Amino acid sequence: MDDLLREFLTETNESLDVVDVELVKFEQEPNNARILDNIFRLVHTIKGTCGFLGLPRLEALAHAAETLMGKFREGAPVTQDAVSLILQTIDRIKGILAELEANEGEEPKGEDRDLISQLEAMSLAGDAAKAEAKKAPQAAPAPKKEAAGGTLVQQVLERELRPGEVSLDELERAFRETEVEVETPEVPVAAVVEEAPVVAAPQQAGIDFNRVAAEIEARMKQAQPEARVEKAAKVVTEDSDADSKGDSKGSVSSQSIRVNVETLEHLMTMVSELVLTRNQLLEIVRRHEDSEFKVPLQRLSNVTAELQEGVMKTRMQPIGNAWQKLPRIVRDLAQELGKQIELEMIGAETELDRQVLELIKDPLTHMVRNSADHGLERPEDRKKVGKSEKGVIKLSAYHEGGHIIIEIADDGRGLNMERIRQKIIENGLATEAELEKMTENQIYKYIFAPGFSTAAKVTSVSGRGVGMDVVRTNIETIGGTVDLKSVAGKGSTFTIKIPLTLAIVSTLIVESCGDRFAIPQLSVVELVRVQSNSEHRIERIKDTPVLRLRNKLLPLVPLANLLNMEVSAEKSEDEGFIVVMQVGNVTFGLVVDGVFHTEEIVVKPMSKMLRHITMFSGNTILGDGSVIMIIDPNGVASAIGTAVASELVDHHDADKQRGVENDAKISMLLFRAGSAEPKAVPLSLVTRLEEFEIEKIEHSNGRDLVQYRGSLMPLVYPNYDVHRREEGTQPMLVFSDAGRSMGLVVDEIVDIVEESLNIQVGSDVPGILGSAVIKGKATEILDIGHYLPLAFEDWFKRKEISSAALTRKLLFLDDSAFFRNMLGPVMKAAGFDVTVCASATDAMRLLGDGQLFDVIVSDIEMPVVNGFEFAEMLRRDARFKRTPIIALSALCTPASIERGRQSGFDEYVAKFDRPGLIAALKEITSADYGIAA
Amino acid sequence: MSANDHTPGAAANDTHSGQIQYVTVFIGGQLFGLPIHKVHDVFVPESMTRVPLSASEIAGVLNLRGRIVTAINMRRRLGLPLREGNHGIMAVGIEYRGESYGLIIDEVGEVLNLDAAGREANPANLDRRWAEISGGVHRLSGQLMVILDVERVLGRMLEAA
Repeated sequence: MDDLLREFLTETNESLDVVDVELVKFEQEPNNARILDNIFRLVHTIKGTCGFLGLPRLEALAHAAETLMGKFREGAPVTQDAVSLILQTIDRIKGILAELEANEGEEPKGEDRDLISQLEAMSLAGDAAKAEAKKAPQAAPAPKKEAAGGTLVQQVLERELRPGEVSLDELERAFRETEVEVETPEVPVAAVVEEAPVVAAPQQAGIDFNRVAAEIEARMKQAQPEARVEKAAKVVTEDSDADSKGDSKGSVSSQSIRVNVETLEHLMTMVSELVLTRNQLLEIVRRHEDSEFKVPLQRLSNVTAELQEGVMKTRMQPIGNAWQKLPRIVRDLAQELGKQIELEMIGAETELDRQVLELIKDPLTHMVRNSADHGLERPEDRKKVGKSEKGVIKLSAYHEGGHIIIEIADDGRGLNMERIRQKIIENGLATEAELEKMTENQIYKYIFAPGFSTAAKVTSVSGRGVGMDVVRTNIETIGGTVDLKSVAGKGSTFTIKIPLTLAIVSTLIVESCGDRFAIPQLSVVELVRVQSNSEHRIERIKDTPVLRLRNKLLPLVPLANLLNMEVSAEKSEDEGFIVVMQVGNVTFGLVVDGVFHTEEIVVKPMSKMLRHITMFSGNTILGDGSVIMIIDPNGVASAIGTAVASELVDHHDADKQRGVENDAKISMLLFRAGSAEPKAVPLSLVTRLEEFEIEKIEHSNGRDLVQYRGSLMPLVYPNYDVHRREEGTQPMLVFSDAGRSMGLVVDEIVDIVEESLNIQVGSDVPGILGSAVIKGKATEILDIGHYLPLAFEDWFKRKEISSAALTRKLLFLDDSAFFRNMLGPVMKAAGFDVTVCASATDAMRLLGDGQLFDVIVSDIEMPVVNGFEFAEMLRRDARFKRTPIIALSALCTPASIERGRQSGFDEYVAKFDRPGLIAALKEITSADYGIAA
Repeated sequence: MSANDHTPGAAANDTHSGQIQYVTVFIGGQLFGLPIHKVHDVFVPESMTRVPLSASEIAGVLNLRGRIVTAINMRRRLGLPLREGNHGIMAVGIEYRGESYGLIIDEVGEVLNLDAAGREANPANLDRRWAEISGGVHRLSGQLMVILDVERVLGRMLEAA
């Protein structure tokens, strides 16, 4: 096949894909002229190129479609039928293109009169003015004639014409671009027009040029038609010039070139090999201290790294490319099935390797079809169950720890458990008894079994028994996984996780039991060396090893245990290295025997035979030529599972909270306890989330307790309705302060959300501050201050605090009831006698009455008199000149902190930074105490 | 590294004449034959990396000229006692579903031209583990050659994984 034709095919196919998407958009907003222009332009380009290449069938089709779209531009109503017809035409064009490709450039024989006459009829119908209507049938046969006449000429001119042909392409491109940049003509029109036919192949280019020029003028009656023509002409001239001289300057298209994918693949393989070889060389040089190779090798190394990066980049494409066809598919399906479907696409810009992209295209399409066909209900059914008639399919993609996650969610009826069970038994995949023992999720997974389809009736869309198993196989071939969740009546969500198999990863090489493993550096936080007699040593609670690291207990897991390796007897368990890893919210320490260096590796997918081992994400060849397994931090984290609870409130989070944004959003932990309504507490108050096995809950002296980190932790139930589970694990929120912990038993932890909190309805019920709207739902906000004394009666008056001898009097001002209720108990817990005021004026009244306070904590954002003004006022009074004042604000910018200092505040603390507040209070009051004594 | 590389397709035209070429190997004293077009190469496995948590038949992974090969211990696969020491082991390189595998065997024999018609079905009383991966038996002078069906050797393991 001719190169030119090949290029035409790729380009046209791409354009058609865009047309598909645009048309669906256009149908939804028929008044958007920009979309229409875009479609028009694309179809026009296709038409023009077809005419040039002598493809009369295609040209006639494109022309008829273009004419109809022309009518739209002139204001004819856009009907669904009309759009369907155009889409049908596009499909026909695609079909012809496919055959064209298969037949090595020969246009297939056939007639398109059916479509063309429909298109023409539609154009006629859509046209109000009679004069306009005549144009369409006239226009259609015209190019046909020309093309038929031109076939012979074309053959003859084929080779010589090539510069001219490219020029046409450029012309079209220029035409597209001139819409944006029209100014400053440089060459007189006449000169160019004269010149063009001389340089380029005269006949053909001339004809098309005129046609395009005429159309530009006809279609765009806006200013400066001449300038456009001229620009276009200029490009023609330059291009033909360039071609005749054999250099390529000035070509518009020279900014990007098409490269055969195979070439890129090969390049990538070679670069991977280069990286491995470089690593090998580095390994050798590492062993020879004074090698003269060192410097040049360093350079080679840098160049290799850059080369690698560059090649990787060429392979990355946004996932949106794989989604391009979906809007059209969904639209057609919606029509066919009589459903209303909205397709939401999120994260289309997420980039992934093009090879991976190609491979997931089909599975994705299939799954979206499935959601539309099986998942979503008919409008009338949706109405019956109180959903909006329009069903939503949501497609989202994002990166997560070296993987791409793609979710396909619908808000339909969910999977039909009964039907799946029936089918499983029918197909003999499992017995009824076996099914009884399975969880819902395990049963759902059977839809991925070969030949499994529950569709009661076979539609043209699905239900043919091929499907999900193919999807699964396709995804698994690229080392991915597919998972699903389904809630009856609410919809189902498919989650595809694909590794970036070709990504190059920086890893830490460690050793355990004589074998080496690579850990991706991304999840490594730090390394700690432990020895039984050093500062850092492994301690044990029951048999669980932990490490004290900066006042926190870090759960430890020996890598050898995780991997089920035989530990030699003489090895000391308490010596080695701890790789502190963070995966999502989970932080844990991996105990290894040795740590070597870091190494950049090219991840190679594991053999299918090993892919089920979740501890590894792949393998690679190291510098010394040996193969090494790569640890998958996600796999390790989930293996550790509930043993390591989410360290939600660590320093990291506290740091984040210190920089809280202006609109005072706070993180709330949503959970359920006792009733279906959600409940919430500010996340900053929760120390951690735990799940305890029911057997671990002990009953003693009339209350429930668990052994927790070496001491007994009392459990408190928010109300009597909390479901006390008989088996499994019981989730709870743990609140700790100064070595004491309380577990608040809940039914289920739902979510963590960030929202601005506004308690709208107060509450008289003890333990509940009131209700607020969170995530669109009325949510009860729990008063933790109420529960703490239930766990330890003396929670607020503990010995170590009263050892500060006297309770200090503290005045706390905040206009928000929530913060008064929330932070009041916190400061009380820290040993202060707290007096609460709702405004600065209230506070002034108290102070005016002669009340004395050891420390004042004030909110900044308050109505009438704000915190700054209040502090300035106090500082002017001799009585309060030396009283410590702490600012508490949601707004913590350097500027506001400076302003606070100028106003006379001693400390400035973020509102959600509970530990920070306590620390500030302790520091200030102890310093103060020192002076007083 | 590779003692005698066989290029795939060398036996392509032999099937027409009813002749099949086999590469023979010894595992635990038994003679096995692998259809030659399945055999990619023969090599001496070096510096194998163990894979924790993998099936017991998987001896490990190794680097063969830049490709990662999954090595399968055929003695384990056949339920035979393991050999002592590591000296002189050989592996037969196989491409299966786009991946490279190495079957670790005791010794490589020769290449035999056998009549396809001479193949006999597995004896009914053959050990189940063997019957599972055997594609039949050829009677040679003095000994029996069990045909190793590569698809079944690896396919079953993939299913199990």
